[in-house]
Amino acid sequence: MLEWIRELGRGGFRYFEKLGRSTLFLIKTLAGIPAVLARPGLLVAQLLSVGVLSLLIITVSGLFVGMVLALQGYNTLVDFGAEESLGVVVSLSIVRELGPVVTALLFAGRAGSALTAEIGLMKATEQLSGMEMMAVDPIHRVIAPRFLAGFLSMPLLAAVFSAVGIYGGFFVGVGLLGVDDGAYWSQMQAKVDLYDDVLNGVIKSVVFGFVATWIAVFEGYDTVPTSEGVSRATTRTVVHSALAVLGLDFVLTALMFGE
Amino acid sequence: MTETSDDKGSDSLVRIRGLRYARGDRMIFDGVDLDIPRGKVTAIMGPSGTGKTTLLRLIGGQLCPHEGSIRVDGQEVPELGRGELYRLRQRMGMLFQSGALLTDLSVFENVAFPLREHTRLPESMVRGLVLMKLQAVGLRGARHLMPSELSGGMARRVALARAIALDPMMIMYDEPFTGQDPISKGALVQLIRLLNDALGLTSIIVSHDVQETAAISDYMYVISGGKVIGAGTPQQLEGTDSDWVKQFMQGLPDGPVPFHYPAPEYVDDLLQRDTGSAR
Ligand SMILES: Nc1ncnc2c1ncn2[C@@H]1O[C@H](COP(=O)(O)OP(=O)(O)OP(=O)(O)O)[C@@H](O)[C@H]1O
Ligand SMILES: [Mg+2]
Repeated sequence: MLEWIRELGRGGFRYFEKLGRSTLFLIKTLAGIPAVLARPGLLVAQLLSVGVLSLLIITVSGLFVGMVLALQGYNTLVDFGAEESLGVVVSLSIVRELGPVVTALLFAGRAGSALTAEIGLMKATEQLSGMEMMAVDPIHRVIAPRFLAGFLSMPLLAAVFSAVGIYGGFFVGVGLLGVDDGAYWSQMQAKVDLYDDVLNGVIKSVVFGFVATWIAVFEGYDTVPTSEGVSRATTRTVVHSALAVLGLDFVLTALMFGE
Repeated sequence: MTETSDDKGSDSLVRIRGLRYARGDRMIFDGVDLDIPRGKVTAIMGPSGTGKTTLLRLIGGQLCPHEGSIRVDGQEVPELGRGELYRLRQRMGMLFQSGALLTDLSVFENVAFPLREHTRLPESMVRGLVLMKLQAVGLRGARHLMPSELSGGMARRVALARAIALDPMMIMYDEPFTGQDPISKGALVQLIRLLNDALGLTSIIVSHDVQETAAISDYMYVISGGKVIGAGTPQQLEGTDSDWVKQFMQGLPDGPVPFHYPAPEYVDDLLQRDTGSAR
């Protein structure tokens, strides 16, 4: 029993220690960002691997999510004779919620895990330590460009997801189920507000991008430098990012739409 | 020698006094005094696991000693701020035991890395310098390969070319000869000596290869059990009467230097089975 309490205390200490380390790490990373902007080549390479290479999975997922929403929404709306509003249902769900959230979850699985594994392996093979001995700060040279690339990519990816999702809904709703073409778009234009809906969705995706990338690069940098350590860190990245995104989504939604 | 506060002009580039360092409960260094003379090749030898790599990391400021002083070119390394430490490191080259090449860059780019990070040289000059360094280690032809396409020995020679890219004042070689065939070993031995004399470097070699190391070093230290157990020129060490040093220099399995990591008696371990066998 005493041992159990002791273990609880130790776990608590470890947790707060890690929180402290990750905050310090974040500060150092942010301090390295001006240096990255001075060398755009580094950033472009990372934007490619973090952002562009995630495009395919984001587009495909967006399309299917939009199509499913249209199917589900239509079945409910048609009972009330309100199938004209399908465009509103699809676009609001995607722009406010599913766009930022699903993109962030996919981003953590696709790009976040890759970032963690790459940085963790660089640590395990002494590449980071070698850089330090060459008087190159790995946080500036390796971490900061990756962090910035993730942070910038996430809102753009979410925007692509939303756009494709709305078209997915259009194909199914208008193409298959026979909703009126004009009604789909005009109802959407009338009911979706630029500030309340679109901007709030963008804010969400910015926050999720920041947190998910931070978790990914920190877990990589903090890896126990062994194969097992890298595999655990990669898992932690995906799990922690997913929990953080869902938790923050609730908080942000409550703040934005809770009145 | 006197303990002057500023030994910038003195004979020793690195001066270590009363160094104590522990990993967990295990004392790795327990009062080590060392001097690395300027412009000379100094070898540090000792059994596997005595902390030779750790010593190089302490000199490079990657680890912090628990006690004692480490001065490099008159600067107290553990007390340097980040900026000063990085400026000092630009003047130190280190060849890692594992090579530590950047796996996403080609051989050429790996050697060019320090040049690109620390200088604003035009591309033609970078190319000239990189080819020169690669020529010195015999791998000019391998410049397009990626690190994953190199053998262990080749990777280490690329790492050597990278370590000398900025023409440092001092190079630390961690096991430069392991994984080298006799020909490249011979070439490396000559290269280390040549670099040292031609460029006026100071070299620290960590190695187990007694013969090769003795052949090129001006001074040798033998470390074991956290202490310096022997020091002198290779000739002095050959003719030593210390059992420890003699055992090491001649490679005898029996003697005062333990081959085993500290452990309980073998028989006890076999009979008891549970003392830490799970970890
Ligand atoms: N990260 C670490 N955590 C705990 N102990 C460590 C760590 N790294 C090294 N050690 C311990 O420190 C001791 C010295 O290690 P070091 O790598 O300096 O040895 P070495 O003299 O370079 O050996 P070798 O000749 O085999 O390379 C070893 O006994 C090792 O167990
Ligand atoms: Mg070693």
